[in-house]
Amino acid sequence: MPQKVFAPWDDPQEKPLIQFKNVTKRFGSFTAIDNLNLDIFEREFFALLGPSGCGKTTLMRMLAGFETPTEGTIELSGKDIGGVPPNQRAVNMMFQSYALFPHLSVWDNIAFGLKREGKDKGAIETRVSEMMRLTRLEKFRNRKPHQLSGGQRQRVALARSLAKAPKLLLLDEPLGALDRKLREETQFELMDIQEKTGTTFVIVTHDQEEAMTVASRVAVMDEGKLVQVATPDRIYEGPNSVYVADFIGDVNIIEGRAHQTGDKVQVIWTESEPPLMATTQKNFSLDQKCYMAIRPEKVAISADRPTASNALKGKILDIAYLGNISTYHVELPTGHVIKAQEANTRRIARRHFTWEDEVWISWTDTAAVLLEQ
Amino acid sequence: MRRLILIAVPYLWLLAFFLVPFLIVLKIALSDYNLSIPPYAPQLDLSQGWQGIKDFFGDLDFENFTFLTTDDLYWKAYLSSLKIALISTFITLLVGYPIAYGMAQAPDEWRPTLMMLVILPFWTSFLIRVYSWMGILSNEGLLNKLLLSLGIIDQPLIILSTNTAVYIGIVYTYLPFMILPIYAALEKLDGSLLEAAEDLGCSRLSAFWLVTFPLSRSGMVAGCFLVFIPALGEFVIPSLLGGSSTLMIGKVLWEEFFSNRDWPVASAVAVVLLLILVIPIVLFQRNQQRQQEADR
Repeated sequence: MPQKVFAPWDDPQEKPLIQFKNVTKRFGSFTAIDNLNLDIFEREFFALLGPSGCGKTTLMRMLAGFETPTEGTIELSGKDIGGVPPNQRAVNMMFQSYALFPHLSVWDNIAFGLKREGKDKGAIETRVSEMMRLTRLEKFRNRKPHQLSGGQRQRVALARSLAKAPKLLLLDEPLGALDRKLREETQFELMDIQEKTGTTFVIVTHDQEEAMTVASRVAVMDEGKLVQVATPDRIYEGPNSVYVADFIGDVNIIEGRAHQTGDKVQVIWTESEPPLMATTQKNFSLDQKCYMAIRPEKVAISADRPTASNALKGKILDIAYLGNISTYHVELPTGHVIKAQEANTRRIARRHFTWEDEVWISWTDTAAVLLEQ
Repeated sequence: MRRLILIAVPYLWLLAFFLVPFLIVLKIALSDYNLSIPPYAPQLDLSQGWQGIKDFFGDLDFENFTFLTTDDLYWKAYLSSLKIALISTFITLLVGYPIAYGMAQAPDEWRPTLMMLVILPFWTSFLIRVYSWMGILSNEGLLNKLLLSLGIIDQPLIILSTNTAVYIGIVYTYLPFMILPIYAALEKLDGSLLEAAEDLGCSRLSAFWLVTFPLSRSGMVAGCFLVFIPALGEFVIPSLLGGSSTLMIGKVLWEEFFSNRDWPVASAVAVVLLLILVIPIVLFQRNQQRQQEADR
C-alpha cells in the first residue's frame, strides 16, 4: 500500500502549529534573533542546527516561555503566546543538563508535572507507568537520579517532559552528554517515541549528523537568521549557500565565473584548465561569480581518463582511511585540493591507489550544485 | 608505613588534646571535694606502688553524678539551656535563610563582597562584640535612645539582663554559621531545576517550596547544628547579657569551678554536658554523610 508522504510544509491548506512572525530578540545591543519567520507543523520532528551562539537556544527558550520576543509574535495553534508564562504553556522542555530533581525518585520526577495539574492518584499512576514503559524505566521506579547512568537519566528527562502530553516538546541538545554508540541508539529511540506519541518535537543541536538522522526538516541558523529550512536530503543535495553546504557534511567548493546556455553552465575557474560543466535551474548572468559545490562521494577517482563531463588530473596528497570509506585528497596542478570519497568494498590489500599516485578525478555535470553565494 | 604515619597524625592529635583531657576531667568528676591543692582527692600516689593505684581506684565513685540529680538547679539549668539553644537556633534559621537566599540570588560579581560582609564581624573580638551589645541594649543604650527620640516609646525598654538579650546575643553571634552552609547549598543549586519546575507547571512560589527548599535542607540542618551545639554550652553571652534569672549550664559550670571551687561537681556537670552534646553531634555527622552520598 503506498503511504502518503509526510510533508505538511508543501501543503498550502495545512495550518502550522507554531508560527514565528517577524520575531526579533535583542539582549542589550546584541541581536540574538533577527526578524525571523518560521512555520512548524504538527507531528513534525524539527531540528534547529547551527554553531554555538547562532541563536538556536534563544529560539527554543522563546518557545518554552523563558524569553519573550523583543519584536514580532509567536503563535501556537493560531494564538499569540507572547505573554503566557512557561507554567501555563502546553509546551514542555527537555533540558540539556536534564535538570532532574535530585531529591525525588524516578517515579516522582515523572509524576512532578502531573501532580501540579491536580490530577487524581489513579490517573497519575496510569500515566507515569505508561511513560516508564515507553522509556523502559520500570525497573528504576524508586531510584534517585544519582543512582542512574547517563542514558537512563536521559530517558527519565524524556519521560518527565512527555508525561503531560504537551502539544510541543522542546529538546535542548538531548544527546550531547551521551557517548557515540549510545547516542546513535538513542536517536532511533527518539524517532520511535516521537512517532508513537505523535507529539511535535523541536530539537536543538549542533551535531549535523544527529539533525539529519532524526529530523523531518532541518533549519540551519547563522547569526540569528535562518539560512535554509528544508528536509535533510534537500539540505544535503541542494544547499542554498556555501555556508549550508559547508556546515552540513563535507564539500568541495570551486569558485569561478558562469557562462550559462539554457540549463547548462560552463564554470571558468582557472586559465590553464578547460571550464567545468554543471546544470542548474537558476539564472546566472554572464561572468557572474559562482561557487560549484560538489560532495566528495560524488567525485570518482580512477587511473585512466574517464568519460564524465568533468575530468581533472591530479596527484594524491593524502588518504584518510575511515574503515568503511576512504577520503583521497587530490592536488590539482592549479593548487586546488579536491576531496574524493570511495567506499572500501575490497580488502585494503587490494587498494589500487597510494600516496603520490597520478590519478583522474571526475564527476558528471548533474552531480554538482551551483551557488550564487 | 608512610600511610600509617599519615593516618596516625590526626589520631595522635585527638588523643593528646581531646581524649586525655577528657579522661582527666572524668577522673576529677569521680573524685571528692577536698581542701587542698588541687582541690580534690584521691591523688594518684605512684610511690606507694601497686597499693597506691588500688587505693586510688577504690576511692573513685559516682557520688557527684548522683548529687547532680538531687539538686534541681542542675537539671533545670540543663533544660533551660536546651530551651534557649533550641529557640535561638530556630530564630537564627528564620533570620539566616532569607539572607543566604538573597546572597545566592545576587549577581555573581556581588557575591564575594556579600560573603565578606557576613564574615567581617569575626575580625573583631567576640567579647568586644558582646560588650557592644550591652551598650546598645542597656536602659540608656543606643536602642532606647533612638526609640525614645523617635517617640515610639516613652519608657525605656528593659532588654539587657533578660533572656531576650541572650537570644539577641546568640542569634547575632552565630548567624554566620547558619548563613554559610545554607548559602553553600543554595549556591550550587542548578538554575535549570527551577526552570524545569516552572516548565512542568509550578509557579515561582511552588517551585521554591518543591525544589529550592528541599534541596537546601542539608544546609539548614548543618547550620542548625553549628548554632545549636555551641549555643547549648554558651557561657559568655548569658553571663554578660543575661540576668540573674537566666539559667544556663555554662554559667552554672563556671560558678561551680570558680566561685565554689568544687572541681569534682563542676567536672561532673561538664561530663554530662558532653554526653548531651554527643547526640546532636552524631546526628550532624550522619547528615553530612548522607549529603556526601547524595552529591556523588
